Amino acid sequence: MIPELGHFALALACVLAFAQAFVGIWGAHRRDARLIAATPGLAVGQLLALAAAAGCLVYSAVTNDFSVANIAENSAIAKPLLYKITGTWGNHEGSILLWGLILGICGGAVSLFGRNLPSGLRARVLGVLGGTSAGFLLFALTTSDAFARLWPAPPDGAGMNPLLQDPGLAFHPPILYTGYVGFAVPFAFAVAALLEGRIDAAWGRWVRPWALTSWAFLTCGIALGSWWAYYELGWGGYWFWDPVENASLMPWLTGTALVHSAIVVEKRESLKIWTVLLAIGTFSLSLSGTFLVRSGILNSVHAFANDPARGIFILSLLGLVIGGSLLLFALRAPTLASGGIFAPLSREGALVLNNILLCSICAVVIMGTMYPPFADLLLGQKISVGAPFFNATVFPLAIPTFAVMAMGPLLPWKRARLGPVLAHAWWAGLIAVIVAGICAIGMKIVTALAFGVAAWLILGSFAEVVERTLLFRAPVATSFRRARGLPTAVLGAAIAHAGMGVTIAGIAGVSLSQSKIVALAPGGQTQLGPYHFTLLDLRDAPGPNYQARIADIAITRNGVPFDTVHPERRSFPKAQQTTSDVTIETNFLRDLYVVLGEERDGQAVLRFHINPLAPWIWLGALIMAAGGMLSLADRRLRIGAPSRARNAAAALPA
Amino acid sequence: MTTDVNRRRLLLLAPLGLVALGGAAFYAMLERMEQGTFDPHAIGDPRVGKPLPKFDLPGVAPAQGFSSTDVQQAAAQQPVLLNFFASWCIPCVQEAAVLATLSQIGLSVWGIAYEDKASATNQFLNRYGNPYARIADDSHGRTAIDFGVYGVPESFLVDSKGIVRWHMAGPLNDDVVRGPLQNALKSLA
Repeated sequence: MIPELGHFALALACVLAFAQAFVGIWGAHRRDARLIAATPGLAVGQLLALAAAAGCLVYSAVTNDFSVANIAENSAIAKPLLYKITGTWGNHEGSILLWGLILGICGGAVSLFGRNLPSGLRARVLGVLGGTSAGFLLFALTTSDAFARLWPAPPDGAGMNPLLQDPGLAFHPPILYTGYVGFAVPFAFAVAALLEGRIDAAWGRWVRPWALTSWAFLTCGIALGSWWAYYELGWGGYWFWDPVENASLMPWLTGTALVHSAIVVEKRESLKIWTVLLAIGTFSLSLSGTFLVRSGILNSVHAFANDPARGIFILSLLGLVIGGSLLLFALRAPTLASGGIFAPLSREGALVLNNILLCSICAVVIMGTMYPPFADLLLGQKISVGAPFFNATVFPLAIPTFAVMAMGPLLPWKRARLGPVLAHAWWAGLIAVIVAGICAIGMKIVTALAFGVAAWLILGSFAEVVERTLLFRAPVATSFRRARGLPTAVLGAAIAHAGMGVTIAGIAGVSLSQSKIVALAPGGQTQLGPYHFTLLDLRDAPGPNYQARIADIAITRNGVPFDTVHPERRSFPKAQQTTSDVTIETNFLRDLYVVLGEERDGQAVLRFHINPLAPWIWLGALIMAAGGMLSLADRRLRIGAPSRARNAAAALPA
Repeated sequence: MTTDVNRRRLLLLAPLGLVALGGAAFYAMLERMEQGTFDPHAIGDPRVGKPLPKFDLPGVAPAQGFSSTDVQQAAAQQPVLLNFFASWCIPCVQEAAVLATLSQIGLSVWGIAYEDKASATNQFLNRYGNPYARIADDSHGRTAIDFGVYGVPESFLVDSKGIVRWHMAGPLNDDVVRGPLQNALKSLA
């Protein structure tokens, strides 16, 4: 009964989404106040229906209802409760439902938090969101039904891929999808603006918080995925330039560009057409990423069940959403008036450069990812493009991006001179050069350069904060008072930029990693760097739905007992799969990474890595996302309420 | 002035054009994936497009073996499907029925017994049927190395000029026969 209710709720949501699309767009077009007023209600209704559907699926999973095909295929009685719940979105059907639910949440959020938007614009935005949602829900209902029944129901389910049975990955899809799907809101704003034929500073102000929120989620999602790859796959790497990873990197790059170009629209009413294109492009890349992963076109280690027939449906949907919006763009964008002019050397100029560089990196990543299937299709050649290509092409573009990143916020709007900027940031540059110089002794030049860039970014990002608070030049109390008066957007930007610096330092650190593979019998010893490892014992231990083989390894550092670690190899009889449970001993400056491999003749193959600064990679991403969220707090008063902010400013004593 | 506006319109049309091209290419990929003529996951196949490696193998006693020249001569009349198999190979048992159907509908299937004893091969053929027009014995596996065989079963389609035109690592099944193999045979006809 419950799965049928879920199925019905899904169908209801689909109908409401169609209604929302029609009522929103038609109502705004006809300026029909009743239709316009009805749209938010429809969006909230759609959200409630989707929440009910998702709730029904979770309920069926928790109660082990194996008459539901999706649960029989992906769950099992022995599976821990957490994974029964999170497993509902760990497969194709469930993840499409999650997609729909998050899109529904976006619509609901626009309805509830967008009260300050002009009602016509809000109706159009909700209409576009509803249309997109309708397409995806139709896809879910017709080709990917999560509630399809199975008869006769098996006594137990088939279980889940043990690699996915991990807390990090359990929450990876919701966070990543919130990032992906969240960009539907800026997309909807862009399409609504094209329909209205009007973009102004207020539009930039309304779009930015949505773009920034999605960006922060996408940043966390990518970082979480990379972290999972690092500790779960046991290869010691954190980014493999795998097509699925690239699919999430592409919208992140254009999304980052969007977050920045929207500032120019807001402050200077410039770059409007470009910003609209970025908003459409970012969501299009999010959608295409999902499509490519599920169609089986890309060759990836992360494979969903591939089905070309499903691919055709998604491709048509993509054609409708992306093609339609770009057609509208081609028709309407030429009529958008362009705004303020600016000198090449200015805040706007720096943001344009940032956009050009980010989009170039994105273009390179698209090239590298799409070249193999296209070469196969057009030339019949089997080739694979991997890390060497990306490293050789992305880094030369990334380095100027980082160099400009710290400088940009120091430049004034409209027209700038280099002199004052250098006067503010010379110390950061000097320290960066010294860091690079010291690192150049005994390190590869690229690594030294990366450390220099990291120092430049971290310090340079705070140059503006230091300048504005008169730090080191005025009494601490004055600086503190000034710091409290600082707009959180300025602080947020500085933190986000510094976070990038932290990530770069982490990446540079890991490139210095040492590793060693040895076969040891119990009692065997080995040395790596200052650490001495002794294999004490190899033993078996039962787990909830797996059998574990555990190695106990004592570590001493320079002869002093340091730690005992217990890497495991887990075999899941149901899935006939073995995973390695890596132990990572970290002190935030380096990771000791120990993997237990196969055993032969009483000897176990053990792999040891020392990864300097590895945790900084993900710490930096978290800092970036936190910076983004912080600058969001600044907008809170002004979101959709420009008049109120202006009044408040006028009320302050001059 | 109007040329400026036109150029601007053209520029703003460019994203749509790019996406349309990309969409068309993806559609072609999906279409051909369904037909089985496009497989982005297939690894490159160095053997396809090259002439048959030279070999001259004895038969499985008491039958006579064959050489690469024999295959070429036969293939000049009609394409030959060269199949590496072994009695110890479980997927080969599965494949036997498919091969039997293929030889019944008139495809010339030749077998090479890989790293096996003659007695075991004969027992295998007695039990699961003999779809092969001729059988050779590669008991040392040298010819298999020349062919670049990954493992048994593995099949090679040879055309009238003695060139390998299609290759399958792993057992043939109905989907493969109806899809890729049929396409390959059509392209030879």
